[in-house]
Amino acid sequence: MPRFTEEFENPEDAKLLLSEIRYLAQSCNKEKIQLMEVCGTHTVAIFRYGIKELIPDNIRLLSGPGCPVCVTPNSAIDQFIGLSRTPGVIATVFGDMMRVPGSGSSLEMEKARGADVRVVYSSLDALKIARENPDRQVVFFAVGFETTAPTIAAILLTAAREGVENFFILPANKLVPPAIKAVLDTEDLALDGLICPGHVSTIIGSRAYEFIPSRYGIGAVVTGFQSTDILYATCLLLRQIAERRPRVQTQYSRLVSDDGNTAALKIMYQVFETCDSSWRGLGRIPESGLKLRPEFVRFDSSGRFDVAVHESREPEGCLCGEVLRGKKEPPDCALFGNSCTPEVPVGACMVTTEGTCQAYYRYAEGE
Amino acid sequence: MKGKASDKGHNSTGFITLAHGSGGKAAHELIIRLFLPHFDNPILRTLDDQGVFQVDGRKLALTTDTYVVVPLFFRGGDIGRLAICGTVNDLAVCGAKPLYLSAGFVIEEGFPLEKLDRILLSMKEAAEEAGVAVITADTKVVERGACDGLFINTSGIGIVPDNIEISSRSVEAGDVVLVSGAIGEHGIAIISEREGISFETDVASDCAPLSNMVETILTGGLTPHAMRDPTRGGLATTLNEIAVASSVEIEIEEGLVPVSPAVKSACDLLGFDPLYVANEGKLVAFVPEGEAKDTLRVMSQGKYGKNASIIGRVVSKGQARVYMKTRIGGRRFVDMLVGEQFPRIC
Repeated sequence: MPRFTEEFENPEDAKLLLSEIRYLAQSCNKEKIQLMEVCGTHTVAIFRYGIKELIPDNIRLLSGPGCPVCVTPNSAIDQFIGLSRTPGVIATVFGDMMRVPGSGSSLEMEKARGADVRVVYSSLDALKIARENPDRQVVFFAVGFETTAPTIAAILLTAAREGVENFFILPANKLVPPAIKAVLDTEDLALDGLICPGHVSTIIGSRAYEFIPSRYGIGAVVTGFQSTDILYATCLLLRQIAERRPRVQTQYSRLVSDDGNTAALKIMYQVFETCDSSWRGLGRIPESGLKLRPEFVRFDSSGRFDVAVHESREPEGCLCGEVLRGKKEPPDCALFGNSCTPEVPVGACMVTTEGTCQAYYRYAEGE
Repeated sequence: MKGKASDKGHNSTGFITLAHGSGGKAAHELIIRLFLPHFDNPILRTLDDQGVFQVDGRKLALTTDTYVVVPLFFRGGDIGRLAICGTVNDLAVCGAKPLYLSAGFVIEEGFPLEKLDRILLSMKEAAEEAGVAVITADTKVVERGACDGLFINTSGIGIVPDNIEISSRSVEAGDVVLVSGAIGEHGIAIISEREGISFETDVASDCAPLSNMVETILTGGLTPHAMRDPTRGGLATTLNEIAVASSVEIEIEEGLVPVSPAVKSACDLLGFDPLYVANEGKLVAFVPEGEAKDTLRVMSQGKYGKNASIIGRVVSKGQARVYMKTRIGGRRFVDMLVGEQFPRIC
């Protein structure tokens, strides 16, 4: 168990970093500096540490599309809900997906109505359930970014080796760099720098972000999750802006290398290949998802179960899409805090603890 | 009745979901809308963890709780120890001296006698430690699949000494907030032993009876305004319940809230906030400013108060809110828990 965390929350370090941030924010000579934290864990951390009110007013921190629950579109959720209703099926899912409202129901509601929906903490458990229930069909909802995909790939390799025939996945894994591209292609957003995800980068490596300075002319800093990690990364980005020298830097070097975890990537691409994929809020993004390679396609639930999903729709008035693109902030949404609360969420960003709307609702002052 | 605080939004699913059982707003909603109208009376209406009533001029406290923990055995305890400590603590926090308990067992067909024996032994030991006796019990055996191994219900009765007025509605501006030790240990111990959680930790549950600590505080002449044991929903939920009950604004300091490095690491890994992770042997006390140091000293001297700490204070009366000053000097709102905390996906 790493004992890192305390040393990256030192109040003295924070004080020094904050004064450096104030100095740099002035030397940037910009009325407004917009930085985006791509990852939902960073959004929550920024609120938990109370960072927004400690940094100068001209720095705006926007939340990005890096919350796996939030970006899974209703069409995928509806499809999995349909699977959970299929007789003989055990639907296995990460806990955070349980309460996401699809077009007409949620997995939590289906479970209460009698569907066999089981929360697993890892895809390994889903395979275990399949082994223990040879007379049932076990389907796992494969969501998440480059962090969950290698493990899912590994269990499919195991399932193939062991000849497990009653295990399937609904493939809905997504890739972070194409989503960043899609956000940066959004007109009129004018970002000045990106706080890049820590966990995902341990897998994909910092080199995966080189396109950000080269193609979009802004900096990217791979960042850890403790308070001084985020403050330090903010300093690095501000310095890049002040010096007009955008580049990729790794603040989280204690865990992230340039090339990432090549062994994990190799397993991931042995089982999956990239495909176009639909994201909540961002629409269809080329080469941004993972589908099973032909050798593994028999594990794809769509080949085994015919689930008719009527037209999926997003909730009326919900601004999750705009929030995920950094175009709107949660309080801009008329539903926020009124008909949409963590207790009775309307949009996905309010369901999960990593969602921007829930972070605003829980941690932001005032109401 | 275990009631929870503020009421934003409502659930309209028409049937029970697991969210109704997670101790957050959905549970509160269920109690207010369904249970309270049927059972309504002035004692229940307080929505405290125990009902306090008078018999022949003596004040008594009665409480009940049902234990359905998975797994049944965990580092630091088991369902038996939990079933005694939880009920003892619900009595102790209103200032009552716990006296007698009842115990009801729902046992699944096929449950090993050896396990049952171990659980009963740890109930016996916890009861001895807390100075209570189980004076009536019941067993029911149900068919395989009708319950998950073993469920236990315990009820407890205690006597509230004269002149003791401790209530979550009695908190005043200026009160100091204390917690009797490091938070989040029970929740992390439990989740680390659930199937498939891919991390190792030696965090043990803090499951313990608080009756001796409370008795020492009260016999020492100290007069806490409110006490609670923050279980499900964690410290944050308890603070919110008290903020609502007394209409006060509470400010705590992150740097003062005791969290062990192991719990902190586990929380970072899982994406949990330790403020929302369950405890089973911690006391939160709201005391007059002048008694803060003495209360801290009494807590610290007890077996279960090693890392007791003053964590904040009640800033003002009027608005029900909880804030936290973060270690790096920021400030954030501390809401109550909504639903269960799930490990982060990525």
